[in-house]
Amino acid sequence: MDNNKNTLPAPSSGIETVICLENLKKTLGGNEILKDVNLNIFKGETLIILGKSGSGKSVTLKCIVGLMMPDSGKVRVLRNNVPDLDYYELQELRRRVGFIFQSGALYDSMSVRENLEFPLVRHEQLPQDEVESRVREALSDVGLEDSIDKMPSELSGGMRKRIGLARTLILKPEIMLYDEPTTGLDPATSREISNLILKMQSKFKVTSVIVTHDMECARLTANRIVVLKKGVFTAEGSFSELQKSDDEFVRGFFE
Amino acid sequence: MNSILPKFLTDLLLVVYGLYNFSARYFREVFKPPYEFKETFRQFFEIGNKSLGLVGLTGFIIGFVLALQSIPMLSKFGAVSLIPTMISISIVREIGPVITGLICAGKIGSGIGAELGSMKVSEQIDAMEVSATNPFKFLVVTRITATTLMIPILIIYADTIALFGGFTALNIFTGQSLQLYFSTVFSALSFDDIIPSTIKTFFFGYAIGLVGSYQGYNASRGTESVGIAANVSVVWASLLVIILDMVAVQLTMIIY
Repeated sequence: MDNNKNTLPAPSSGIETVICLENLKKTLGGNEILKDVNLNIFKGETLIILGKSGSGKSVTLKCIVGLMMPDSGKVRVLRNNVPDLDYYELQELRRRVGFIFQSGALYDSMSVRENLEFPLVRHEQLPQDEVESRVREALSDVGLEDSIDKMPSELSGGMRKRIGLARTLILKPEIMLYDEPTTGLDPATSREISNLILKMQSKFKVTSVIVTHDMECARLTANRIVVLKKGVFTAEGSFSELQKSDDEFVRGFFE
Repeated sequence: MNSILPKFLTDLLLVVYGLYNFSARYFREVFKPPYEFKETFRQFFEIGNKSLGLVGLTGFIIGFVLALQSIPMLSKFGAVSLIPTMISISIVREIGPVITGLICAGKIGSGIGAELGSMKVSEQIDAMEVSATNPFKFLVVTRITATTLMIPILIIYADTIALFGGFTALNIFTGQSLQLYFSTVFSALSFDDIIPSTIKTFFFGYAIGLVGSYQGYNASRGTESVGIAANVSVVWASLLVIILDMVAVQLTMIIY
């Protein structure tokens, strides 16, 4: 992948930048969602993106994984500029980037086992017993080994999100993107999901980008937080730094 | 009226253009590896096996009612012996393919539209895309291929059951034997009846799969779009079945 024509040079700073957004702009339905987004995300860190609904948080994530293409600007992910990639190069990149959807996005017509096998059998030529053991290991990581033969309709919201997490982690991605992983869950289940993100973080050492409104999730998981306001990142810092921010808009998230 | 007509025409042309592009993409992707054999066979089962009951029952009733309606009328002219010929030609040439095509447009077209629409709304198609799987190939190509190949089989099955339905009515009300009935049916039918009417059913199947997949795959994000996708799929698929049938009849008349 790194040898393709779209490979960009690595940044010269000491810590490797795995995602670099430069002057990103995106307009949807006549509304300028992302105005001028600039952001570096470093290897191994967990970054939280905070912002009001409609501020462009999910659009930023979708631009990173190529589900949406920016109108202008660069989206460098693992040294590839996403808008320059062709379909097959983008597919190659996506194998290295996991995306957790707000709803879990489990395939309704497949059982939990088939959901987890789906990415595995398509991308890795493994014998059936190896597939089975990887599926069981992923389910055991999220504490749902007993649900292996259930259908998604038989699972609660929290369980669906955990299975979604297991399905994404089964390919051992280098970057994880979480789109509001705790939305719609009760506080106890939200904390469970946040702790699970932390556990997976320490086990797989992935770089994580989490879009959330859940400050408890942010407190537990964040190395760094950025605040998106009207399509521009306006504040950056640790949880405790932003908690004491002079900016009323930023403080509003912590109250 | 003037303000409505251009919008209606614009919407119509947009749908036709969308279907054309979708169809072109299907032909680009269907011959390109990797091939989704397992999912295609699963769709054969979903589309074919699960429709057998409805299609069979409808076919039987059509054949039965057709014979039932014909008996009093033709008996006035002493032409009851012509009923098997009339039933076989009308069922094989026209009624069987069109009625079964319309039933499949309702059952299968709406099912595909609703399923893909709900997958779109619940981000399952996006999830497939970001897991480096081509959702068009996995979801759309498999379904269109399955409808194209399975609907002709369903129609042949429905025609056969309809002929039995006709026999049942004739046997009950005129006492006609199975042997006489089917020997009249087979001597009435020729390849000129069977081949064109079978060929057109592949197009019916393709149209039903195409429209259902197009509407579902392009559903917007709201939950109501699932219902709209299912509904519009039925309307367009039924309309296309009728239009294709009309074209097929014209072509058959020119060729034969």
